[in-house]
Amino acid sequence: MNALLLLIYNAVLNGTPLLFGTVGEVLTEKTGNLNLGVEGMMYMGGALGLGGAFYYEMFAGQNASGFLAVLIAILCAFLGGAFGALIYSFITITLRANQNVTGLALAIFGTGAGQFIGEYMRTTSGGYVAISNHLKSAFMTSPLPAALQNIPVLGPLLFQYNIFVYLGIMIAVLMGLYLRRSRSGLYLRAVGESPSTADSAGINVTRYKYLATILGGGISAIGGMVYIMTIAGCVWNHEGLAGEGWLAVALVIFCLWRPVSAIFGSILFGALMILYLRLQLPFIPDQIYKILPYIVTVIVLIFTSMRNSKDKQPPASLGLAYFREDR
Amino acid sequence: MHEQKIPLIRLAKRDSMEPWKVWCIRGSSFLAAILLGALIFLLMGNNPIAAYGTILSGSLGKKTAIRQTVKLAIPLLGTALAIAPCFKMRFWNIGAEGQITAGAMAASYFALFWYDKLPAPLLLLVMGVAGAAAGGLWALIPAFFKARWNTNETLFTLMMNYIIIGIVKWLQGGPWEGRPGSQMIPMFDSAAVLPKIFGVHCGWIIVLVMTVLMYIYMRHTKHGYEIAVIGESENTARYAGMNVGRIIMRTMFLSGGICGVVGFIVASGANGTLYDGVAAGVGFTAITVAWLAQLNPFAMIGISGLLAVLEKGADTLQTRMAVPASISDIITGIFLFCMLGCEFFINYRMIFRGKHKEVA
Amino acid sequence: MESFHAIELRHITKRFGKVVANDSIDLTLDRGEILSLLGENGSGKTTLMNMLAGIYFPDEGEILVGGKPVSIRSPKDAFDHGIGMIHQHFKLVNVFTAAENIALGLSGGGKLDRKAIAVKVQEISDRYGFGIDPNKKVYDMSVSEKQTVEIVKVLYRGADILILDEPTAVLTPQETDRLFGILRAMKADGKAIVIITHKLHEVMALSDKVAVLRKGKYIGTVKTSETNPQALTDMMVGRSVTLNIDRPMPVDPTPRLEIQGLTCLDAEGVKKLDNVSFTAMGGEILGIAGIAGSGQRELLESIAGLYPVASGSIHYTPVGADKAVELVGKPPMEIKKAGVAMAFVPEDRLGMGLVGGMGMTGNMMLRSWRKGKGVFVNRKDPNALALEVKERLEVVTPSVDFPVRRLSGGNVQKVLVGREIASSPTVLMSAYAVRGLDINTSYTIYNLMTEQKMKGVAVIYVGEDLDVLLELCDRILVLCGGQVSGIVDARTVTKEEVGLLMTRVGGGKEDVPHA
Repeated sequence: MNALLLLIYNAVLNGTPLLFGTVGEVLTEKTGNLNLGVEGMMYMGGALGLGGAFYYEMFAGQNASGFLAVLIAILCAFLGGAFGALIYSFITITLRANQNVTGLALAIFGTGAGQFIGEYMRTTSGGYVAISNHLKSAFMTSPLPAALQNIPVLGPLLFQYNIFVYLGIMIAVLMGLYLRRSRSGLYLRAVGESPSTADSAGINVTRYKYLATILGGGISAIGGMVYIMTIAGCVWNHEGLAGEGWLAVALVIFCLWRPVSAIFGSILFGALMILYLRLQLPFIPDQIYKILPYIVTVIVLIFTSMRNSKDKQPPASLGLAYFREDR
Repeated sequence: MHEQKIPLIRLAKRDSMEPWKVWCIRGSSFLAAILLGALIFLLMGNNPIAAYGTILSGSLGKKTAIRQTVKLAIPLLGTALAIAPCFKMRFWNIGAEGQITAGAMAASYFALFWYDKLPAPLLLLVMGVAGAAAGGLWALIPAFFKARWNTNETLFTLMMNYIIIGIVKWLQGGPWEGRPGSQMIPMFDSAAVLPKIFGVHCGWIIVLVMTVLMYIYMRHTKHGYEIAVIGESENTARYAGMNVGRIIMRTMFLSGGICGVVGFIVASGANGTLYDGVAAGVGFTAITVAWLAQLNPFAMIGISGLLAVLEKGADTLQTRMAVPASISDIITGIFLFCMLGCEFFINYRMIFRGKHKEVA
Repeated sequence: MESFHAIELRHITKRFGKVVANDSIDLTLDRGEILSLLGENGSGKTTLMNMLAGIYFPDEGEILVGGKPVSIRSPKDAFDHGIGMIHQHFKLVNVFTAAENIALGLSGGGKLDRKAIAVKVQEISDRYGFGIDPNKKVYDMSVSEKQTVEIVKVLYRGADILILDEPTAVLTPQETDRLFGILRAMKADGKAIVIITHKLHEVMALSDKVAVLRKGKYIGTVKTSETNPQALTDMMVGRSVTLNIDRPMPVDPTPRLEIQGLTCLDAEGVKKLDNVSFTAMGGEILGIAGIAGSGQRELLESIAGLYPVASGSIHYTPVGADKAVELVGKPPMEIKKAGVAMAFVPEDRLGMGLVGGMGMTGNMMLRSWRKGKGVFVNRKDPNALALEVKERLEVVTPSVDFPVRRLSGGNVQKVLVGREIASSPTVLMSAYAVRGLDINTSYTIYNLMTEQKMKGVAVIYVGEDLDVLLELCDRILVLCGGQVSGIVDARTVTKEEVGLLMTRVGGGKEDVPHA
């Protein structure tokens, strides 16, 4: 593989956890809920996903199926994130507390819970949580037939990724279609833009907000699991997620709340994260590469507000609680 | 006649509530948080009473423990104070984390390169001023764009955190690195370390003084009044002849400046050096402290103390009962959820169908 | 063919707390006709129609649609009965297209078939001549286009009974003509239409029948062809009532505010004030009469420096000075300092001039916070002032630090008016100062105005109740469509004369569509 190919390949791999985090958060924010607890939900997803696969293998032993392990990991991660999002939803939607503060509380709670579960698993299982190489390969190698993978250039460029890359892109595309093309997607966006208009049109604002936030939280959390199971190498360490969740919040802005743009954004962010390994320029230190995603996000944020293009704004009711009688 | 169409529970905004009722609600949600925490200890197979006992004795049982706890509470309280005026203005500054780091970075510059050129008290003063200025300027950037183009400040300030943390990481492994390859900035000279009073670095005096000052600032100054009016309604503020953009920038500079001082206190007093984790999540936790205290500086002392007790106590819990220290984050989270949620019962009343009696 | 009325209301009563908004009202509406619901502000027109639209539920009475009694509990119920209402405040999502807005809330397949919606929208559009582009985003639309989308939204849902709440308030004359054309086309199509309005010439130009409400009561319905503006005005304003407001003769009135050729445009370029000229005297109360939205708010705000002036001049002569100063172009703070005070009670009361979350003291400070040297704000004087206002105007509040948002409407107004008077202005402007107040409180406010007048203050009083204007003011300026249609002596003029000027019948210069 030549350098460019390798860069793209690694950019996609590194961007995938972000993609899940971002797409989930896009769905949440489209209903007007700014859930800043993505980092927390991804932590819970990471720990529970690893735990799910780990205990499944302990239980099934030699016969453990890789496919089932992946499925269980996804399910555990999703439930973890959905649980966090449920707490957030209840407090912000039903109890109408401040979204920013509740989101941050969820970030604190979630990182704590994720670390706790990770640590707990480590101490109870003799200091090391890891799954066998046999299962690892189910998470880390491509599910596609070897024939496809071996095509020169196209193989590594398109077919050698792990299963989550394809899953992530699929979810993003489906989400994009849902939001743009479906009736319910239109209603969901109406809830995020103007809850009072949606309400007067007979759309159940509370139900949309709850469902989108919980589903979004679950999807975000899968991203945490993907990070642990692919990039971190299927082990739990103190580093945890290294701020992936916050980067996902940034990517939501960068992609202007569009799931399909998030695919390309995640690859770009992934590239920026590993660029220092591949492209070493004099006078530009490694660490400066790593802050590039945040800098470009700030620039996007500034430009969208300066140009004030009506199509590229955050959902109009983002961050605001809705109370019908406030009308 | 149209009975079935009235929903089971209807909500209405509550006008006011007797203080004793308010405190009952807050008290019971605090109790609920404790019970939920106990449930988690039970699930982990620990005796909850013993666990809570360990938390208390580990954080407040000994002089050294108390000192550690106070040390944890200092940055929380300081940062919550910084956030209060922004939130009062409905400017959601969630960039305290970065403003602390910026302040710590600027203070460290003088600690590392000027320690032999200035007498100790002057050096500390310069570090403090530099910290305040750096934190303030770092906060001024999003404020400027908010005032000028109404750029979303929540997302902007959030992004600014990771930019400055990245810069400190670079300094740590690059220009300011101590022993080559250590990825660490050397310890400060003793002249650049805050002196101790009663066994804890004197940052606690600084934040307590700031608490009183912030209370006065918010309550009794023209600035405080302007901030309060803008928070209520920007239109009314303009009607009264206030320059909203300028006040936003000024307030954010102040807020960032205080965060910067906190950064200086942490780097110089607690750590004696600079590293990328200098803020350690304080910027986020402090937001919840400020909010739960309803932006009242004196209430912040109690809440930041409580969270510090939990954090220090959980450390002890880890060493004595082998419970991971991250349990403190979980219990902090539960506590925050309960306290955030209970405000609903204070602000709204529920009207049940068929009854015209209100139920709290 | 024996047929039922499209809508029949029987003895509809609606109360809000102690206020009776609609008092046993009967009304009928038939297909293929346009009914004007006429009445002054606060006469209960919108409340009545909101009960048809499912926003409110009547306390008493019966609604019959097509002869059958129905109960309408939600906007959806209303649609199910073919009733659609276009409110004054549009409910549209800005970033959506017209078609998307129209599709909101409709049941249907999972896939959003934009094409099918666009086709149907186009069909409706062609039938009545709307000329709307289904794919245009709402944020790109003018007010009139947005209104059109709202109408199509209602038609799309199959409504054949349309209610429009003051649809022309936001339109230019050309847009109004176009709307009337559309409404006539719909009438020809057999739809039943109600338009809520208080503009007489529109009533005469458009409707078949006119139903008049006054102060929550149903006065009667007449055929447009059998009535004239004069008769309608009489029905709308009613007979004079004697209020016995104490009105001393002005002492030594001196010109304070001279306004010449004042013209203001709103953001859309519509003329809100058109060549307005008058003089306000110190020592007298100048009343301003006019139907809501005739330019009262703009007039006061432009004097206060809060509304941009397109052309014209506002000359202000300070007490004792013999040279006038120009106020146009001066910032609001400077105008305030010169002694021009404004107590504007907006519809939502707390929108401007008051801070809901603060107590009376905090709100008194809104005028004085900048005073004094140093960084500290002076709380003592505002506190004393708050106590004084509380005492004098009998504001009912637990303490002067109790948030004004939680006070009753009347008390909020007293705080606002009290504060403005306390700044000892030389010009005091107040708008709708007694809106929503009980009789006793209203009299307190009237007496305050008179007291200010006797102190030599030039008082400008914008009022809704003609009876009050006639007994409180010395002179009355009547606004109609942003123009001065007359300035009359309040002591000699009759209510009917003012009423005619308000609708420009006899006072206007042009375009009065006589029957």
